[in-house]
Amino acid sequence: MRGRDRLYRTEAVILRRSDFGEADRLLTLFTARYGKRRVLAKGARKTTSRRAGHVELFNRAELQLATGRNLDIVTDAQIVDAYKRLHEELPRLSYAYYVAELLDKLTGDDEENPPLYNLVVDTLHTLDTIPAAALDLVARFFELHMLNLLGYRPNLFNCTSCQTPLTEAADRWSAAGGGMLCPVCAGLEPHALPISLPAFKALRFLQREPLAATEQLQRLSEPLRQEIERVLRATLRPILERDLKSVEFLDAVRFAS
Amino acid sequence: MPTGVEHLTVEPIARLIEEFNKLPGIGPKTASRLTFYLLRANEEQAGALAQAILEVKEKTLYCSRCHNIATSDPCNICNNPHREQSAVMVVEEPLDVLAFERIGVYRGLYHVLHGAISPVEGINPDDLKIKELLARVKVEPINEVIVATNPTTEGRATQHYIARELIPTGVKVTALAQGLPVGGDLEYADEVTLERALENRREV
Repeated sequence: MRGRDRLYRTEAVILRRSDFGEADRLLTLFTARYGKRRVLAKGARKTTSRRAGHVELFNRAELQLATGRNLDIVTDAQIVDAYKRLHEELPRLSYAYYVAELLDKLTGDDEENPPLYNLVVDTLHTLDTIPAAALDLVARFFELHMLNLLGYRPNLFNCTSCQTPLTEAADRWSAAGGGMLCPVCAGLEPHALPISLPAFKALRFLQREPLAATEQLQRLSEPLRQEIERVLRATLRPILERDLKSVEFLDAVRFAS
Repeated sequence: MPTGVEHLTVEPIARLIEEFNKLPGIGPKTASRLTFYLLRANEEQAGALAQAILEVKEKTLYCSRCHNIATSDPCNICNNPHREQSAVMVVEEPLDVLAFERIGVYRGLYHVLHGAISPVEGINPDDLKIKELLARVKVEPINEVIVATNPTTEGRATQHYIARELIPTGVKVTALAQGLPVGGDLEYADEVTLERALENRREV
């Protein structure tokens, strides 16, 4: 029967939202089962909508969708986690915007990736609960592990170029290759970025340890955090091929206070 | 833009259809319908529409104080001595001013931001009239700023940002209450709305 195929359920995170038509909203979802998908929430801009509150930006929700001609339509929605602190505190929110934009830019529609979905949900949960001093480290963790899950795993244990195991003598990062270089290969790559041993070790820690352990890095100095950020941003740039819009807001929130 | 009427040799008709088709929410079918309606309407009606379209661009401007759309600068609300000068309501769009004016309960002034903070769309605080609001708070006798942005993530981000900027000036910053809509159904309310409704409960 056709009717049975038309309705389906999935859990999703709302990544992006824009107004559509008279009172509808176009949602960009990142779902557990179908990857990124754009769907329509009818009437979601009316104050009496029963679904609007459930499909707010960055909510994690259980959705029922109906297959539409072009876009699928949200027929039922129930919040799983509304990440309340994340919505109430600007620094947390600005990181959520960054994570959502990064994910949106690096994934295509309908590319199923359950581990990536779990990473996104864990990241939002951590941005919601971790002490504010560790928020940037959560973003670094997300960058590192998203690269990993999309097939760009940065090399932190073997040289990106010649695969020899790295020692503490390694002090160059290849943004184009996306990883560390051994001293021999570093000499051959003039554009390699310098990287300090503490930054190298922090990156290894972030790649190896679970997200919850990120909190332990809270005491890292500000210059060291900026160094890690620079290295990862340089690695993301050739993959993204553009600058992220949310970075400006992130900086506005971070440096104004 | 292909409107499906390229075969029409009557150029003015094709042109009007094309113009209507550029408007939001109007597709080629509606555009043709409107065009043929006007074709049959009397001279007066078509003239009135043309005139109204011209005037909406010619005779409106932005009030330099509240940034609302107006016919004079300062606008009628800013210029009205009977409005309370000590309260300013901050809204996202001129349409929000209309919504409040329609109920006629609010007697203070307005400040229109022309949007809300939305980092992914590239709309940052500097793209909104937030600096202008800060400047007003510093020179006008304002005691209270009522932030009436939409109850969305963007609206709340804007609200928090404004509060952070204004609190050092010592002005009182308030936000609209959140809770259950009239005619809504309790069982369908999301947890955030329900929680806020409970927090903001009152004696009856």
